[in-house]
Amino acid sequence: MKWGVVRFPGSLDDGDALRALADVMGQDARILWHKDEGLGGVECVLLPGGFSYGDYLRTGAIARFSPIMKSVAKFAADGGLVIGTCNGFQILCEAHLLPGALTRNRSLSFVCDRVWLRVENASTPFTRATRQGDVLRLPIKHGEGLYVAPEDELRQMEERGQVILRYVDADGRESDAANPNGSMRSIAGVANERFNVFGLMPHPEHAVEAMLGGEDGLKIFQSIAGSER
Amino acid sequence: MSERPVSLAGEPKVSVEQARVFGLAPDEYRKIEEIIGRTPTYTELGVFSVMWSEHCSYKSSRRHLRKLPSKSELVVQGPGENAGAIDVGDGWAAVFKIESHNHPSFVEPYQGAATGVGGILRDIFTMGARPVASMNSLKFGSFEHPRTRYLLGGVVGGIGGYGNCVGVPTVAGEVMFDAAYNANILVNAFCLGLVRKGEMMSAKARGVGNPVLYVGSATGRDGIHGASMASAEFDKESEAKRPAVQVGDPFTEKLLIEACLEAGKTGAIVAIQDMGAAGLTSSSSEMPSHGGLGIELDLDQVPLREANLTPYEILLSESQERMLIVAERGREAELQAVFEKWDLHAAVIGRITDDQRWRARWHGQVVADIPIGALADDAPLYDRPAAPPKTVPQSKASGAEKHPEPAKALRALLDNPNVASKKWVYRQYDSIVQSNTVLGPGSDAAVLRIKNSRRAMALKVDSNPRACALDPYLGAVGVVCEASRNVACAGARPVGITNCLNYGNPERPEVMWQFIRGVDGLRDASLAFGAPVVSGNVSFYNETEGHAIPPTPTIAVLGVMIDVANHVTQFFKNPGDAIAIVRTGRPSLAASEYVTIFGLDGGQLGAIDLKREAALIDGLVEGAEDGLIRSAHDIAEGGLAVALAEACFNPRAILGAEVELGRAGSASAVDFFGEGASTVVLSIGVNDVARVEKLFAGRGLEFAVVGKVTAGPRLKIDSAVDEDVAELQRIYEDAIPRRLRSGD
Repeated sequence: MKWGVVRFPGSLDDGDALRALADVMGQDARILWHKDEGLGGVECVLLPGGFSYGDYLRTGAIARFSPIMKSVAKFAADGGLVIGTCNGFQILCEAHLLPGALTRNRSLSFVCDRVWLRVENASTPFTRATRQGDVLRLPIKHGEGLYVAPEDELRQMEERGQVILRYVDADGRESDAANPNGSMRSIAGVANERFNVFGLMPHPEHAVEAMLGGEDGLKIFQSIAGSER
Repeated sequence: MSERPVSLAGEPKVSVEQARVFGLAPDEYRKIEEIIGRTPTYTELGVFSVMWSEHCSYKSSRRHLRKLPSKSELVVQGPGENAGAIDVGDGWAAVFKIESHNHPSFVEPYQGAATGVGGILRDIFTMGARPVASMNSLKFGSFEHPRTRYLLGGVVGGIGGYGNCVGVPTVAGEVMFDAAYNANILVNAFCLGLVRKGEMMSAKARGVGNPVLYVGSATGRDGIHGASMASAEFDKESEAKRPAVQVGDPFTEKLLIEACLEAGKTGAIVAIQDMGAAGLTSSSSEMPSHGGLGIELDLDQVPLREANLTPYEILLSESQERMLIVAERGREAELQAVFEKWDLHAAVIGRITDDQRWRARWHGQVVADIPIGALADDAPLYDRPAAPPKTVPQSKASGAEKHPEPAKALRALLDNPNVASKKWVYRQYDSIVQSNTVLGPGSDAAVLRIKNSRRAMALKVDSNPRACALDPYLGAVGVVCEASRNVACAGARPVGITNCLNYGNPERPEVMWQFIRGVDGLRDASLAFGAPVVSGNVSFYNETEGHAIPPTPTIAVLGVMIDVANHVTQFFKNPGDAIAIVRTGRPSLAASEYVTIFGLDGGQLGAIDLKREAALIDGLVEGAEDGLIRSAHDIAEGGLAVALAEACFNPRAILGAEVELGRAGSASAVDFFGEGASTVVLSIGVNDVARVEKLFAGRGLEFAVVGKVTAGPRLKIDSAVDEDVAELQRIYEDAIPRRLRSGD
């Protein structure tokens, strides 16, 4: 599969995502520059973590206006696969390609840790290599990952299966203690109604090698790679 | 050309009194007049005062620092550039340095710490190396001191706020709380970068006529006289020095990292240096001076945040995220294109000259014209008097003191913020970005793989001010031993050292004596381990109203391992494994956390046998390389009992341990909680015990199997301790959060 990893000024996990896809998984992956409008014929766009444009205003608020985001929006509208991790998730919400918003962590501080996540919907292009109820171990590192959306929207999202990942404990149970940032309904990752755009606060690209603490992130990328049209 | 430099209308009159205001001694002022043959202009006086400040000139420390060993076959760059570099194999050089940002962090903790991180990052990427890891060493006042929480929150927030945003992982550190730092905290920031050998960049200018480019943030009024602030004691007015603290912009720093590394690949950069302490003045004088050349600056070309900055302000500003570059003549546009790509502006602000003068023009006037060597290399050099303090710390140990029960003491130690888990701190740092972190914070040493290589690096930063207070020489030796041992516990051979020497006012003979003894200790330990000191920083004047901090040499050690697959962690792995202790001498309670929290007298430090310390390191590295050691944990704060508990806290699943220290009841507080001489707790597969014993006993070290790892999570030591490991871990993890919650 042909992947494009967008590099915004202030992107930080772009190199890690490129390495995970190209070096670890042997995929055809390239960097897409934020000032360019072309997507180079890629089949999946990845928006990486980081602090795009410094995120001094509000996370993702500037990045959504970058030239490449016009093309990404069109690509998504045409059914192309888009995944955003961490800052990428924040940008997708700001760009209204995903519902809801990400706000300051409940603790008011940055949190870097490894968390457990339960797969809530395994029939999406982003999770089809998993099974519903599987518990994944992925790292998080963010200051603004508290997911919020209006109650009625959340209800509809749940009904449609748009909530893809939830923070849980090692046994797969939701709890306040297992929710690292205070997200509503322990939501860690969501998809759009068409299930071609996916955002998550955890970092699958940082869980692709056993030596660095786990390989569960591969399941997300393998799902996408297996969705090739 | 013989234009006479002039002071500007409205500038204060230059005099010996004005010099004193700027921190220059009357003798120094007279030397300036002698050097330039006239009364300096106001701008010139300001320039001299920052360049001759202790912070920039190392005038009290330089002659002592020369004693430090700085050579080995692995040294790629010793002292003299922005950072040192060591060959770590497979064509890579590791560029690293540690630096203090103590004074600004006390005045404004968030920005002080943040810009400390930013400054040390620039020292690394200035060398052409991509920064891959940060560490920090933090000293706060006692947890009960009313200002400590504010400073802790601010400093940790600042380190995270900056480090997380530039994409350099913070992989290790140390945090200590002690009343001795109530009025002077320490923030020491370390950074390490990797560069291909042969692609390193330099700060030595060459080529008369080459253009000088200014890149990065525009210049504002922040940080003026920051270097002077760091060269004076604090007093009641220090809070008012807040304007001398700079404000950081990590986003611009991230752009600078990418742009400077990309610009370096063009080959059009002759020399590059960051505008750190003393800003434009230091970078523009040091680069040409190191190349035996001069410079002419046109201050009207310097990008400004506000229009009406004076030349004095432009030259002394310590605005952050600025770099100065000497380019190949005619290739300016090539470099400018790279910076434009990253939305950064590169302005030509001067030319390299051959007259060895440092000249600055502003609005068509010459405002400074100084022999360049006088600024950069010929600052005053002092051999300050040194004498041991008249009152030597005396041991009152009577042997009759009342010791708490070991189990109670263990719980109290685990609940002490100096011993307890620092997870509250390091959870606020991105420790994994760049995908190299094999072992992050919460271990003896961090382990970083080198991509596309089997090799890995281990990193550790350490200090022991309580030991240094008892004996500044032995304390410094002990710190190097401990940091090196930590690296060796991970399976890496120590290959290089960087140091941040934090002391009081060097004009006081007893502080100077402490400093000299510390440098001696550092030298002897560095020689013993064959690990040269390739970079460093001195921070004097850490005192307030006559009270100095304890001598605090902070040492960071780089270790290299041949195969990352052989790295060792501190955690017990398998039930049934043998637990063994290796040591180089007898433990002691001197300077221990135990005597500190129970108010006991620990006596004097024991001697350190550096030959045995080196043998221990050899044994640990060889054992790891042969895959014989399942876990290795160095005994530090809290002694053996705490080390055993920590080894049980395996993040995968906690384990237990059964340990017999001696014939029933014969073990005493020093066995449980002693620190001092090097001791390492190992766990070993039962079939490998004989081989491991040979490894250490064969080197003349004391080796004893003392127990075994158990599946049941209880820690049993003799009949004195029988504790639930999960409960101990809860105490250990909650000690700092609990205090922050409750406000006690």
